[in-house]
Amino acid sequence: MDKDKIDKIMDKYPSDPSSLIQVLLEIQSENHWLPKEALERVSEKLQVPLNRIQHIATFYKAFSLVPKGRHEIHVCVGTACHVRGAQRVLDRVQDLTGISPGETDLDMKFSLETVNCLGCCALGPVMVVDGEYHGKMAPAKSEDVLKDIE
Amino acid sequence: MPRINAPAELEAFRKDILSKRDPNKPCITLCSGTACHATHSEKVAAAIEQEIVKQGLKAEVDFRRTGCHGFCEKGPIVVIYPEEICYLQVTAEDIPEITSQTLKEKKVVDRLLYVDPTTGEKATLESDIPFYKNQERLVLGFNTRIDPKSIEDYLAIGGYQALAKALFEMTPEQVIGEVKAANLRGRGGAGFPAGIKWEAARKTPGELKYVIVNCDEGDPGAYMDRSLMEGNPHSVLEGLMIGAYAIGSREGYVYIRQEYPLAVENLTIALKQAEEYGLLGNNILGSGFDFNVKVHRGAGAFVCGEETSLLRSLEGKPGEPRARPPYPAVKGLWGKPTNINNVETWANVPLIINKGSAAFTSIGTEGSKGTKIFSLVGKVNNTGLVEVPMGVTLRDIIYKVGGGIPGGKRFKAVQTGGPSGGCIPEQYLDIKVDFDELKKVGAIMGSGGMIVMDEDTCMVDVARYFLNFLTGESCGKCSPCREGIRQMLKILTKISEGKGREGDIELLEELGQTTRDASLCALGGTAPNPVLNTICYFRDEYEAHIKEKRCPAYVCKDLISYYIDPDKCQACLSCLRKCPSEAIAGGKNRIHVIDQDKCIKCGTCLEVCPSRFRAVKKISGEPVPPPIPEEARIIVRERKKK
Repeated sequence: MDKDKIDKIMDKYPSDPSSLIQVLLEIQSENHWLPKEALERVSEKLQVPLNRIQHIATFYKAFSLVPKGRHEIHVCVGTACHVRGAQRVLDRVQDLTGISPGETDLDMKFSLETVNCLGCCALGPVMVVDGEYHGKMAPAKSEDVLKDIE
Repeated sequence: MPRINAPAELEAFRKDILSKRDPNKPCITLCSGTACHATHSEKVAAAIEQEIVKQGLKAEVDFRRTGCHGFCEKGPIVVIYPEEICYLQVTAEDIPEITSQTLKEKKVVDRLLYVDPTTGEKATLESDIPFYKNQERLVLGFNTRIDPKSIEDYLAIGGYQALAKALFEMTPEQVIGEVKAANLRGRGGAGFPAGIKWEAARKTPGELKYVIVNCDEGDPGAYMDRSLMEGNPHSVLEGLMIGAYAIGSREGYVYIRQEYPLAVENLTIALKQAEEYGLLGNNILGSGFDFNVKVHRGAGAFVCGEETSLLRSLEGKPGEPRARPPYPAVKGLWGKPTNINNVETWANVPLIINKGSAAFTSIGTEGSKGTKIFSLVGKVNNTGLVEVPMGVTLRDIIYKVGGGIPGGKRFKAVQTGGPSGGCIPEQYLDIKVDFDELKKVGAIMGSGGMIVMDEDTCMVDVARYFLNFLTGESCGKCSPCREGIRQMLKILTKISEGKGREGDIELLEELGQTTRDASLCALGGTAPNPVLNTICYFRDEYEAHIKEKRCPAYVCKDLISYYIDPDKCQACLSCLRKCPSEAIAGGKNRIHVIDQDKCIKCGTCLEVCPSRFRAVKKISGEPVPPPIPEEARIIVRERKKK
């Protein structure tokens, strides 16, 4: 992520420490993770020490300090999905991808995350792959969804 | 763009909008909340736009994309005005028929109507569907009638008139008096009276004060705030502005989860429009009252729903709570007096100002007035958002509105209040739902999540689920919460793995009480609730796990086995092919047998076994029957007679 892009994002917010989370959110959504250089630039411009940025970046779940894979899988583990068997879906997805929630595989193909509720409980258990919702999931169905992804 | 400078102009403008709209002009509306987005409402919208043009109806028909209708189970929902014909689970392929039949010929497309599962009767109007018939949608009802991206739609239904009334006909004290008289209690969870909070913030001296909308809806299984913010952002904004006027604040924030992109988008549009119309900014409606709002996106931390954490997060810091007092009304955002209310609380304010506190208090129970929105989810037929008057029984919500439990299963419990709440068993289904009654049975109202559980839900697993959630969400600042939750989770995990010991239940109770009493904020203070409450009502399930190593609901993986009933297996190969661990032996005309050593208990065999056979069973607390001998596995089929 180059400096200009970061500066462009930062120009949208007032240049004080309270903008920190908003700026990081935008970098995260643009770049899918927070590279060290980006954090250094933010630190310099907002006058916030790097260790505090590190604190923020690890405290809030929206941020990732490692690169993400080409495909992002989100398995909803909200209560409604849980009582409908989300754990078994998650187990199967972990088995298929070989990674645990929060991880990315070595080929940078999949990143797996759990979410605590997507608010489409009528469809539960829900799995989202690259923004596409797959409802009423079951272990075997999750395999069908994932097997065709390159 | 007309800037509205006086209440009279607001009324004139509203009449002007209405005069330009022909109430008899056909209008097709489509529910466009996030839940319907997941069921591909985008494709339906594109199809509607295309088809209206294709069939030459562009000038004769309006198309409006509304907020969430609440009946998410049957989304996307299409309603056609003026007849109010309601079609459910509409797909893009249905649109040509709807356009040619209903919009052109005024005929009803029967197959898209609601069918009552018990009587088989069809309902043409949305209001005839039992799900809606048994609700009172004072707050949520507007969602179906307006396009959240259009301020004119909101103005047309009388929007911002409460603001005008407050600014021109009432003093700030009178506004507070009205909200106090209405006994509006906080809809975010604790149920603290909003009027008293407002009064405290007003009385604290200070030039700069803040008002905040808490839209950090973190409870898993609850999404009513999102739907309100997505579907009717102006109502929240109007409430916030009335509150700001009453408290004496000129600056407001909306703290909203970044996981709700559509809500952020619709809110941002609403703010911009309100500003353009002179309803936000300086000298609002010519009253001399100035007010501005900023949007702050939360970055994903459950604890930020707690008000002191939310304030720190707004300041750009990690969202860690602090001890109260001082309350935010005294020392809040950047040390200034601050008032925080939840989305639904703010959305109720315009109703109270418009209709008066007497109308508001005419609904509800002694201690809880008005309506409450619940998100009714889990093992229930009609999943969705439900708005009912306070005091309705749980049974009515689950059975009359929710349509009961699917698949003929037995009801076990309903969980309210999210991770801070509790599970209410069957014997209390007839209690009246309000802030105080729910507390009496060990649950809380919370923000309105209502998760229905049936006989297939293991209560030990539910407790473990919530604690697992809370371990991840505890900010770690105080040790009773950080360590207490972790230790309780450890014990629960052991119990669910079949390694529970005598005395574990008592230990859980002791740990729970300490965590509850010694934690810094409400997250830790309420974290033991799911454990203590399930122990209280479902102690037998805990005991079955510990003493008999049995999971009565067949959920806990380590305590169950999958088994193929040789009398029922028809050797169809479905499970054998799908088994990911190749644990199933068998073949064509050979009864399938699961190798228990290889089985990873993923449940795929049970899932794929055809329902006409139902050969796969779960077993818990008893040994798996030995596999039948090789020679007995061959199925000899009679040849079909020609």
